[in-house]
Amino acid sequence: MPSIAIKATGLQKWFGEGEAKTMALRDVDLEADFGEMIYIVGPSGSGKTTLLSALSGILRPNAGNVLVEGVDIWTLNADQLADFRLRKIGFVFQDFHLFPRLNTAENVAIPLILRKKDWDESIQEATKYLEIVDLKGREHLPPMKLSGGEQQRVAIARAMIGQPDILIMDEPTASLDGDTGHAIVKFVHDNILNTNRCIVVVTHDSRIYEFATRILKMEDGHLAGTVHDFATMEEG
Amino acid sequence: MKGILKLAYKLLVNDRAKFTALLVGITFAVFLMMFITSMFIGVLNHASATVINIGAPMWVMDRSVQAITSSIGIPDYVLDAVRSMQGVQYAVPLYSGGALVKLPDGVYQAVNVVGLDDTTLFGRPRLVEGKIEDIYAENGFVVVDDAEYEKLEKPRVGATFELNDHRGVIVGIAKVTVSGLFGTPTLYTTYYRAAQYIPNPRYTISYVLVQPKNAEDVQKIKEQTAALGYVALTKSEFIEKNARYYVFQTGGGTNILIMTIISFIVGLSISGQTFYTFILENLERFGALKAIGTRSRELVGMILFQASFTAFTGYGLGVGLCTALVYLAKLRLASYAAMITYPSLIVSLVMVVIIAAVSSYAGVRRVLQIEPFDIFRG
Repeated sequence: MPSIAIKATGLQKWFGEGEAKTMALRDVDLEADFGEMIYIVGPSGSGKTTLLSALSGILRPNAGNVLVEGVDIWTLNADQLADFRLRKIGFVFQDFHLFPRLNTAENVAIPLILRKKDWDESIQEATKYLEIVDLKGREHLPPMKLSGGEQQRVAIARAMIGQPDILIMDEPTASLDGDTGHAIVKFVHDNILNTNRCIVVVTHDSRIYEFATRILKMEDGHLAGTVHDFATMEEG
Repeated sequence: MKGILKLAYKLLVNDRAKFTALLVGITFAVFLMMFITSMFIGVLNHASATVINIGAPMWVMDRSVQAITSSIGIPDYVLDAVRSMQGVQYAVPLYSGGALVKLPDGVYQAVNVVGLDDTTLFGRPRLVEGKIEDIYAENGFVVVDDAEYEKLEKPRVGATFELNDHRGVIVGIAKVTVSGLFGTPTLYTTYYRAAQYIPNPRYTISYVLVQPKNAEDVQKIKEQTAALGYVALTKSEFIEKNARYYVFQTGGGTNILIMTIISFIVGLSISGQTFYTFILENLERFGALKAIGTRSRELVGMILFQASFTAFTGYGLGVGLCTALVYLAKLRLASYAAMITYPSLIVSLVMVVIIAAVSSYAGVRRVLQIEPFDIFRG
């Protein structure tokens, strides 16, 4: 496995045309290694989510390329890209996006089901992952019966069940109270991050900066620098 | 794909309120469509009761006849001419007309009188009481035991009545395949007696019933009858002619068509709206699935499966409900005019498929339009 998990070069993305044209990404270069937990921070509208989307094969940039484990993902066709995301990338969404009509285990099993794995085996596997995220015994409950923190853990279990090399987390603490958010990210840092995995987190929450291996600050569509002093957000 | 379809199934049926609303919409639409068309087909079938019960393979009639009830008298020479035609095995006259009978308690009741050929009694009904040869007895009539039988005060063998100042005696009680449409009891007698008892115009033969020698002779008989200035129709053609008359000449067909279309629109509105709402409520989650790595065609497959599953379940329930209702009605009223036929099953199925297609089309469009990026943006 190469040591570089993600390498983005010259990423540009704009929305609209003519006078309405808005630059979301301006020549962004980024490199993330396995074993890293990288945070992308910055004010609203700075392009964090657009960058995250371009890196994870969700939003096609207008220029530049993204290599994930050496594969130039934006040269793949739509089906290949969908397969690539399914096998290589795990997503934790800000609002969890769990299916309220499925129980917890079924929600977690979705990536395996999408990979055409047998239903019962997928549910068994999901139950194991629920144990890992400390939700043993909750597999038959619908997500609505769980607390916000528990729902986030379900979302993490769903992202991890396919054992992806890259984990993308979009504002993982935004829907949680401070303590729960902190505990969740600590859990991810302690249990999910390893030398074969790269985690990219977009966040506003400075209370979880302590778990980052690197924090990249975005401003107005470009990477303004790396934050070295997490307490003062002093840039290097 | 099996797991993905199971996922789609669970997403659908676990949303019980929406799934129930969808099923109710489609079931109701199918039930209405089935019931209306079944009723109409049943009515059409009853309208051809005499043709079906007599069972003659070919019927010769005046060109102006529009339906079995509006027979026009045929001169006797036509019967002779038909008998002499090439390909005719035999031909007999039939009398079919209305009359008033006076019952023992003085009540008058309209009846339909069928006069069978005196020699052969061709087209005679199946007797459940009495002997058919007694029809030759003085004033002999056979009464049909159908839904209208009560109107003659349920006469038994030996009961008497008056018909146009002639005495009538019930000599047998019969059962027929299909009872009449117009709510009048049916009496069978001989052709000669019917023509004698009932006031008639110049010609007394209503129809000439023909037995061709074989199937190839049917066309020849038609041509020879046409040369005489009359029309020869096969049994099925005559039934169809009756049906066309009621569909196109009475306004019944248009009304049924309108009712069926309304049922379809009601079903489409309820199901389409509910299914679309279901898709909209799950749109973000479909977007999340897309982000995770579901291919667009898999999402389309999920939606089509959900729409089809709902549609066919609703179809089954609608057909079942209609069948149960018709069955119960027939238990209460043996001659209840409703028939569930393959054409009405197929028409309803086609309409349900259209409902499913239209409902899922809107949903598929929305799901294909949603970008996983929108999920990140919230």
